Amino acid sequence: MLLAAPAIDIDQPFVNAALGLIAFTLVMTVGVMYATWYERKIVARMQYRLGPTRTGPFGLLQPIADTFKLLTKEDLRPATADFVAFELAVFLIFIPALMVFVAVPFTADWFISAIPLSLLYILAVSGLSFIGFLLAGWGSDSKYALLGGMRAAAQLISYEVPLIMAMVGVVMVTGTVDAYQMILYQDTVPLIVWQPLGFMIFLIASIAEVERPPFDIPTGESEVAGGVFIEYSGIRWSMFQLSSYVNMYAFALLGAFVFMGGWEWPFGTDVGWGLQLLLTVVKMSLFIVFYLWVRASFPRLRPDQLMSYAWKVLIPFSLAQIFFNGFIIVYDLPDVAYLISSGLLTVGLGYSAIFIVRRGEPRKPLQMVPARATARKPEPEPAVVAAAEGAAT
Amino acid sequence: MPFDALLENYLAVFLATIVGAGLIATALIAARLLAPFSNQGNKRTSYECGMMPIGQTRTQFSFRYYIFAILFLIFDVEAVFLFPWAANLVNAGHAAFWEMVLFIGILAAGLAYAWKKGVLQWNK
Repeated sequence: MLLAAPAIDIDQPFVNAALGLIAFTLVMTVGVMYATWYERKIVARMQYRLGPTRTGPFGLLQPIADTFKLLTKEDLRPATADFVAFELAVFLIFIPALMVFVAVPFTADWFISAIPLSLLYILAVSGLSFIGFLLAGWGSDSKYALLGGMRAAAQLISYEVPLIMAMVGVVMVTGTVDAYQMILYQDTVPLIVWQPLGFMIFLIASIAEVERPPFDIPTGESEVAGGVFIEYSGIRWSMFQLSSYVNMYAFALLGAFVFMGGWEWPFGTDVGWGLQLLLTVVKMSLFIVFYLWVRASFPRLRPDQLMSYAWKVLIPFSLAQIFFNGFIIVYDLPDVAYLISSGLLTVGLGYSAIFIVRRGEPRKPLQMVPARATARKPEPEPAVVAAAEGAAT
Repeated sequence: MPFDALLENYLAVFLATIVGAGLIATALIAARLLAPFSNQGNKRTSYECGMMPIGQTRTQFSFRYYIFAILFLIFDVEAVFLFPWAANLVNAGHAAFWEMVLFIGILAAGLAYAWKKGVLQWNK
């Protein structure tokens, strides 16, 4: 044996971590099932629909019905597919998504394991899933899957860089790579105030990392017919969906405790685990609602727009952020300087997104689509209005 | 002892891989037991919009993916250097800051060169 310590000493953390993980996995699976229900409801309301209503009150039993439907669905594998790559891909996409949660502090006392350098660990592990997408794309032996896999890998690695650089900026301000210490740092002011640019870059890059619309280019139905998911059916497909939602939860939690203060802000460390857990869940839910809102609001980007946005806009701005943060720390400027430099850069980010990404594209005049209200009741002609006003006066 | 403590902390990471693999395996086995299976007809051919696949299914794709992968590699290695520097910048002083600015500047110049050469442009 590697460990020479007495059996009890090893057993205790082992059992602790195992129980915590199993409990967390069960809660997470139910959470993901109801995230699909919630997503369908929210997106339906945003599109003037009702969403699921027939299964149970408010359609609450819909995810359970979906689970049984997917479990009893025939699961096919193409005869020419690479057996090992095809089967392994499901595991390689899901396991990194689950591994992220090992280091996440849910409340001051609730975490599965106290990993030192936990922020670095979370970033490293969440970047692993692109291997699974490459394997799935290559192993499926399908043209669409191969294209989707390459798109997924290119997108994941491209947006990994600005995500990491934004986190470097946060690490500079707090002076620690430990997520727990980072939360304690935010007891009065959350980091979103000091690092608005880092927050914006994180928000954009995290949508790209979880491949949700408008960054769902690897799985675009109208372009690559589902991408890597194309040859996966039944339960394997639902495992891909599961890992996608788990990833979304992971990034929402990461945003909640890095930028919004986690369980610490605004009530402090001593309020008890109930309120702290509530704070974490509320902040996480804000991010998730934002992701759903974005999905319902924006059309999908083109692949070249996506790549040039990461490399031409997000990365230069995140490097500039690192420079300004370092300057402020080394020359002992007051904390307000963070807010000023980062806020100005955020404004610059918004403008340059329009000018840099769209440069060189042919300009087309905007075509306005009449809204429903104007279509129903056409506005009177200006001449008629002028005549009516003239008659009134 | 530090090694043991470290091992204790990362034990949960090892366990997470087992629990994750177990969850997927359970789901696959349950589907194997519950779902119908048959290999009749052309069910096991690759999907291509409803017709039989034409030509080689492992098609060519753009070489630009490789260039982005190389660029990513450079910046990822930079990130490895940046994290310890960023966490200790308060104690490191002026010299460390300007040295890292030089390092970032060289990489940014590389990115600018790639940009100028049209590497970041997909449709020339």
